[in-house]
Amino acid sequence: MAELPDDWEMVVGLEVHTELATSTKLFCGCSNAFGGEPNTNVCPVCLGLPGSLPVLNEKAVELAIRIGLALHCEIAPSVFARKNYFYPDQPKDYQISQYDKPLNGIGHLDLPDGTRVVVERAHMEEDTGKTTHLGGTGRIHGADESIVDYNRAGVPLVEIVSGPDIRSAEQARLYAAELRAILIATGASDGRMEEGSMRVDANVSVRRGPDAPFGTRCEIKNLNSLRSVQRAIDHEALRQVMLLEAGETVTQETRHWDEDAGRTQTLRSKEEAYDYRYFPEPDLVPLAPSDEQIDAIRASLPPMPAERRRTLLGLLGDSVTEAHADQISSVVDQDLDRFVTAAAAAGVGAPLALARVANELAGALGDGGELEEGTMVVLLEMEEAGEVSATQAKAVLADLVAAGGGDPRAVAKAKGFEQMDAGALDAVLDAVIAENADAWQRYVEGDDKLAGFFTGKVMAATKGQADGKAVNASLRQRRG
Amino acid sequence: MSEPAPLSADDVAKVAVLARLNLTDEEVERFTGQLASILGHAADLAALDLSTLKVTEHPLELSNVLRADEVRPSLDRAEVLSQAPAVADDRFLVPQIVGEEG
Amino acid sequence: MTARTIAEQVRAGERRATEVVEAALVEIATHDSDLHAFTEVHTASAREAAEAIDAAVAAGNDPGPLAGVPIGVKDNICQRGRVTSCASKILEGWQPPYDATVVGRLAAAGAVIVGSTNMDEFAMGSSTENSVYGPTRNPADHSRVPGGSSGGSAAAVGAGMVPLSLGSDTGGSIRQPAAFCGVVGVKPTYGAVSRYGLVAFASSLDQIGPFAANVGDAALLLEVISGHDPLDSTSLDAPAPSLVAHLDEGVAGLRVGLCKDLIEGASTEITAAVAASAELLAAQGAEIVEMSIPELHYGLSAYYLIAPAEASSNLARYDGVRYGLRVDAANVAEMNAASRTAGFGDEVKRRIMLGTYALSAGYYDAYYAQAQRTRTLIIRAFAEAYASVDLILGATTPTTAFEIGAKVSDPMEMYLSDVFTIPTNLAGHPAISVPAGTGAGGLPIGVQLLGPALSEERLLRAAAVIEKGRA
Ligand SMILES: [Mg+2]
Ligand SMILES: [Zn+2]
Repeated sequence: MAELPDDWEMVVGLEVHTELATSTKLFCGCSNAFGGEPNTNVCPVCLGLPGSLPVLNEKAVELAIRIGLALHCEIAPSVFARKNYFYPDQPKDYQISQYDKPLNGIGHLDLPDGTRVVVERAHMEEDTGKTTHLGGTGRIHGADESIVDYNRAGVPLVEIVSGPDIRSAEQARLYAAELRAILIATGASDGRMEEGSMRVDANVSVRRGPDAPFGTRCEIKNLNSLRSVQRAIDHEALRQVMLLEAGETVTQETRHWDEDAGRTQTLRSKEEAYDYRYFPEPDLVPLAPSDEQIDAIRASLPPMPAERRRTLLGLLGDSVTEAHADQISSVVDQDLDRFVTAAAAAGVGAPLALARVANELAGALGDGGELEEGTMVVLLEMEEAGEVSATQAKAVLADLVAAGGGDPRAVAKAKGFEQMDAGALDAVLDAVIAENADAWQRYVEGDDKLAGFFTGKVMAATKGQADGKAVNASLRQRRG
Repeated sequence: MSEPAPLSADDVAKVAVLARLNLTDEEVERFTGQLASILGHAADLAALDLSTLKVTEHPLELSNVLRADEVRPSLDRAEVLSQAPAVADDRFLVPQIVGEEG
Repeated sequence: MTARTIAEQVRAGERRATEVVEAALVEIATHDSDLHAFTEVHTASAREAAEAIDAAVAAGNDPGPLAGVPIGVKDNICQRGRVTSCASKILEGWQPPYDATVVGRLAAAGAVIVGSTNMDEFAMGSSTENSVYGPTRNPADHSRVPGGSSGGSAAAVGAGMVPLSLGSDTGGSIRQPAAFCGVVGVKPTYGAVSRYGLVAFASSLDQIGPFAANVGDAALLLEVISGHDPLDSTSLDAPAPSLVAHLDEGVAGLRVGLCKDLIEGASTEITAAVAASAELLAAQGAEIVEMSIPELHYGLSAYYLIAPAEASSNLARYDGVRYGLRVDAANVAEMNAASRTAGFGDEVKRRIMLGTYALSAGYYDAYYAQAQRTRTLIIRAFAEAYASVDLILGATTPTTAFEIGAKVSDPMEMYLSDVFTIPTNLAGHPAISVPAGTGAGGLPIGVQLLGPALSEERLLRAAAVIEKGRA
């Protein structure tokens, strides 16, 4: 996929909802925790009981401003508004959101490929409850009944609305990934798409070339992974092109991405669209963060992913390959670059540190687990000094992560990964060469492929304790 | 501020749909007359030039009313669900939701 | 006997709260089958609370400034585990799982809630005829309305069934029935009394306030319920006022504006009562100045756009999903509509539709925004007026209590009975209605005193002068 036929171009804007990492909900003291027994984190406010009133969570405001500053938004005095529409997951049948006066006004996000995407706004609002469909297909279409859990109702959200500046599904994925990394870096969100912490809606239209006017757009909902973002947009753009090529028209509507079927389908058309009757929320007063507060939050922001990528690039110097660039993106996205910078600061070679963090550490932590930066640095130093082989270093790392930490040297010793001294290695080599005299002769005469054969024999004889690099060096030395 | 078009029975029918109220034809007619009379009284406002005045969003000049991010006890679920018209699986049960999603 | 006397005697151990409460229950049993001021009498819990107060006194503890005083609470103020229905079918039988802040403050002050009082459905009305429980009658004349929407609270005090009650005032819903029933009613400054637990009608206008048989008791009750509440973002962060202590300080040196726009259109007997009240104030050293605030005439129109707009949103939650009435239907949207159609009365439907229309695409600017700009106009006009006067005096209502059924068929006619009370709500200012004699048929007349934000102490002092002058 990915290529639209002829001179067609897609125009994409994304609306990203992110839950904020607060302890409590946006307007009440109920716990903001994912999961939990249904309808246990509820109170008069988040259940919308008659007589209840909202009071704004100061931490949510701070996190929203952090997001705004990270996206270079203008922070402005804001007013909460009511967005009125009936839906059973919405306890008051209106959503408290920000409308004409959002907290975060115009800003931008630069993609790693250099594209600048305008952020039109990043406003605060409350989440809805969670509906489960019973009977029928288990999906909303054709369900017999539904049940509602309001634990999520009132959870603080920031909705980040991009301009229509994205021109490919790949770019949309990059935008979502970069935004996710920024949200994690600010500490505003854990970015867990699979838990719904970050949810993406895409507005997609197509046109004939960059100078043509925008076409009719469709909004695609339910994009709950980066992969879905890319697939759904590719699919939707192609669907629209095919319609237009066939002389038909695109209807403005909301469409639902069916990940299993790999297609979008109509959720509601524009004629059914609501008249939201926004008006200022009379139960809340205006929010006007002071310059001092904004400056203090700005000063407390850590470096954002783009800057952190630049830092790693700087550590690598002139020898950057495409593989390095991928590793850099990957460690920054996963918030693991601190391991690389710590190792580099301790004098470990950046390429080795980057490779181990991007591959082995990321893999090990991916299954859940933790490791202190200092522990990783020691292990990298051991490997670089030849105290352990690469294979051994990986095994030690897996044990360390599984145990949540420990002393790398002690783990290596316990696994029997003690450094073979040069004499012992020589003795093994003598024996292996003696046993395989013919092969050795061919190797000496220039059959390089046999280097692996001899390394393998030595490794087997030492039960993996020998350092592969040292074996190789010895073999070459002996060949002369 | 110019005066908007007078209220029609059609408007009332549309508003009833937005407000989730079912009206009989007789009610549409009656409400149209009554609402038109109230809106007619409001015509005196349309005649005012208030373009230089701000909109009062609030009778008080308060701003930045915030609370600390501290967990407070939630309600007892049994007490909450005891007031619900229908419950299944400790959740609020509703009939089919047709072709829409918030 | 005044609430103050009751509380003093109970605190001193000279009278038992249980006796006081039993006496109130007897009064209610005697009169309320005719008047129908109460939607529910909380006999058991009232007796329990009274016993606890007597026990506290016996143990040497002070149960608080309203020790043992029976009180009625309007049916739109949440009482945990007791039906709070707003006199609506859609909330019939609803038992809130929480107490309103004011209910907590009453308990902490030793007051005993003896019952919930009748009202117009969701506080929409001026006669207490729009109630699923049926109408309340005026204690002075049973063929007439007690006013509304807090008609039950006014009638309960007017008939002497309880010395105190709480109501809510969005456009006059405390002051108008207070005038009709011959009692004192105060609409406090917006934000002075917590709205947490008051079922919302129009959030930017609603305010809970006291009814009492005399100014001193109203001051005492207002003191108890006032003060900052962190659960209400619109609650003023000011200490509770000291009202009773200053009650007898008089009006000498105060400039009182006799406001033509709050008198014109009132009946002759009411106009005369306002003039007589002005004389009483003047006799105590107030300076009376004739004045006009023509902008107030726009209040009614602005109110009948703003209040319904907010109400249309506030009342959306009655959808049959989480609490209240559900009428079954094939799908959620139809269930919502069927429940709301069956659960709301005509006046509520009318205002929901009016408000929905005023907020809808294409009409927002012409109606809602224009009304909110008018509100600014009125706030400015008041500010200008208060630059030259300390208080404003006018009528509370254009007429005395009207016959039951007289205005039910003409909403606009009914709305006009709030024409003098609405402007203060739009400005967020306090106002008080104080009895000022009776008119034809012995029907009570009230006059209204208005002041700038947080001028409750001054208002009560002036009201006390009028009360004393008439005695
Ligand atoms: Mg949104
Ligand atoms: Zn809550």
